[in-house]
Amino acid sequence: MFGLIDDSIRYKGNQIMDKEKSKKKNYRSLMRNVVLTILLTALTPTLVVSIFILNQFADSYQKKVHDHFTLLARKHKTIIDLFLEEKLMDIRLLASAYRFEELGNESLLNRKLIEIQQAHDRVFVDVGLVNSKGLQIAYAGPHNLTGASYADSEWFKTAINNPYFISDVFKGLRGTPHFIVSVRQEIDGKPWILKSTIDFGEFNILVENLRIGESGFAYILNKKGEFQTSPIAEVKPGILIDHFEKNGILDRPNSILKLKNNDGKELIYNVTSIKKGEWVMVLQQDYDDAFAELKVTQKIAVLIIVVASLCIIASSFILSDILIGRISLADEEKESADKEKEILAQQVIETGKLAAVGELAAGIAHEINNPVAIMIEEAGWIQDLLEEEDLKQSENLEEFYRSLKQINTQGRRCKDITHKLLSFARKTDPRVVQISINDLLKEIVHLSSQRAKYDNIAIHTELEKHLPAISASETEMQQVFLNLVNNAMDAIDKRGGSITLTSKLVGDDLAVMVADNGAGIAEANLSRIFDPFYTTKPVGKGTGLGLSICFGIIKKLGGDIHVRSTKGKGTTFEVRIPVKKEAELPQEDALDTG
Amino acid sequence: MRKNEKRPSTPIRLLLIDDEVDYVNVLSNRLSKRNFDVGKATSGAEAFQMLRKRDFDIAVLDLKMEDMDGIEILKILKKIAPELVVIMLTGHGSAEAAREGIRQGAYDYLTKPCELDELIDKIKEAHGHQPAG
Repeated sequence: MFGLIDDSIRYKGNQIMDKEKSKKKNYRSLMRNVVLTILLTALTPTLVVSIFILNQFADSYQKKVHDHFTLLARKHKTIIDLFLEEKLMDIRLLASAYRFEELGNESLLNRKLIEIQQAHDRVFVDVGLVNSKGLQIAYAGPHNLTGASYADSEWFKTAINNPYFISDVFKGLRGTPHFIVSVRQEIDGKPWILKSTIDFGEFNILVENLRIGESGFAYILNKKGEFQTSPIAEVKPGILIDHFEKNGILDRPNSILKLKNNDGKELIYNVTSIKKGEWVMVLQQDYDDAFAELKVTQKIAVLIIVVASLCIIASSFILSDILIGRISLADEEKESADKEKEILAQQVIETGKLAAVGELAAGIAHEINNPVAIMIEEAGWIQDLLEEEDLKQSENLEEFYRSLKQINTQGRRCKDITHKLLSFARKTDPRVVQISINDLLKEIVHLSSQRAKYDNIAIHTELEKHLPAISASETEMQQVFLNLVNNAMDAIDKRGGSITLTSKLVGDDLAVMVADNGAGIAEANLSRIFDPFYTTKPVGKGTGLGLSICFGIIKKLGGDIHVRSTKGKGTTFEVRIPVKKEAELPQEDALDTG
Repeated sequence: MRKNEKRPSTPIRLLLIDDEVDYVNVLSNRLSKRNFDVGKATSGAEAFQMLRKRDFDIAVLDLKMEDMDGIEILKILKKIAPELVVIMLTGHGSAEAAREGIRQGAYDYLTKPCELDELIDKIKEAHGHQPAG
């Protein structure tokens, strides 16, 4: 039995734990959903917009860098092309101004060299007249090169076949880098050449001083991948030209290219074709240097995005935590409200049950009333007849009287029972009057004093003075407290004991306690003592209606009745009756036509 | 009071109305023995007939009868014999019906089953208060 109860408690406990677990799971999944929703709706646009803006910024920054490169390249291309054009023009002018024989005069040649040197800041190193066989027949300049033969030189082979010519940089006879500007003329069907050596240093300066950012510089290559300006150690011109060729930009006027060098460093190149496509001018810069500002901006932007995202994530967690907290609180409130409702519904059912039992009892009582009345009256009639003289002599007269008295007594007992049964459903005297509870209790003490004396029970009262009056039926109140006092006396055995009646005001309620130091009530019975027909008294001693009637009366008044009991120590019944006017029930409702 | 004193020897004319024949009979016997002039009716209709035949001072009416509602019988009784004093017997706890009866002109009520002495006291009390005529 107790095992079963234990099991059921454990089962219920498990159920509750399972319920709690599933509730927690529900909250967790709700939390996850809320967090995901907030993250999705807040983070997605943030990230999309950020990435879009960053991209746009990177694009326009790149364009800016490229534009800057292109602008620089164009400017220098113009300068270089103009420089070469100019030098060529001077030599052409000299070649066309004088005849072959005149130019063969070295002193003239010297004079003319000084003239153009003065005009061009010593860019021209020397001037020489070369005949069709490649022999330098006249020379003006720092080296003694009169009579030198260029028949085998590369430049000569090209120069003799072109009206004018600008060579690549080469070391030639003198062993230092230089290049040659030449013009071809003809005399008697035989070509001759006027050539001038251009100072490499002067030319070099044109690109050498070009600086871009911290790591950017410029140089010129020919299509074979040879430096036309001072060689730079870190640049591998041959490989570079191959790359340019592969990318198909060698013949384009201006291109931008990004390449990785051998160290894995990214470099950005601007390749501009100069000298009518024979050379390329290369502007080179470290990618990181060129885009340093962009990198910094990107870093800041990413930092901002990360911080913002963290803020969004944190706030999504905090918000959903608050939200879930509120929801679970509301759920708890709802749950406790549901529980209250359940209890209320149970009470309604209990009340309905009580009412049904009451109806039944009333019906039975009514039916029994008449036969009982007849029995009592018939006994009375026999008694009446016994008064007549001829029966007075009967031996058994005393026995007749005793028997009739017994019939009468038992009839009355039946009547009491039916009265109690009827009280269960209906009031004895339903008139609601103002009752002083203390007076009522004193009356009950008085009514019970006879029996108390006989049973060796002391009845004490602890009554608070100046209590407000309650509105109730006096007979009903009497019934309630008499019943409680009677029960208290029943609980005390022959050795005697004491009963204490206490009245006091507790909030809006009038509280009356009936406490005895009798046998007490077993815990298992405590929950059932207000049920109709439930009794622990021996058969025939109690109807089991007393307390259920009390319960009904007190509930009808909007009050409450509770019991506390310890087996062997005693029992205390506490009755609470509201003193507020609203608690009164309209008297008509409780009545019934019989 | 004077009336009461005037006719101590004249038995009070009593009409018992109750559909429980055995109860009416035994009550009638006991009351007759106590010098009441008792008439018996076991239904409303029977009561009305008897009232048309002869006069009664007091009627004892059971409010719970099978053929007719006690209050309806009371109303007709008061119509036929306005001077008739009516004492009602009610079921235990049926006070409201009794109160309605008093509103309809009944003298008082007793709860059933009642003590014979209680009934006699009530009858005598009612007879003393009987309206003149």
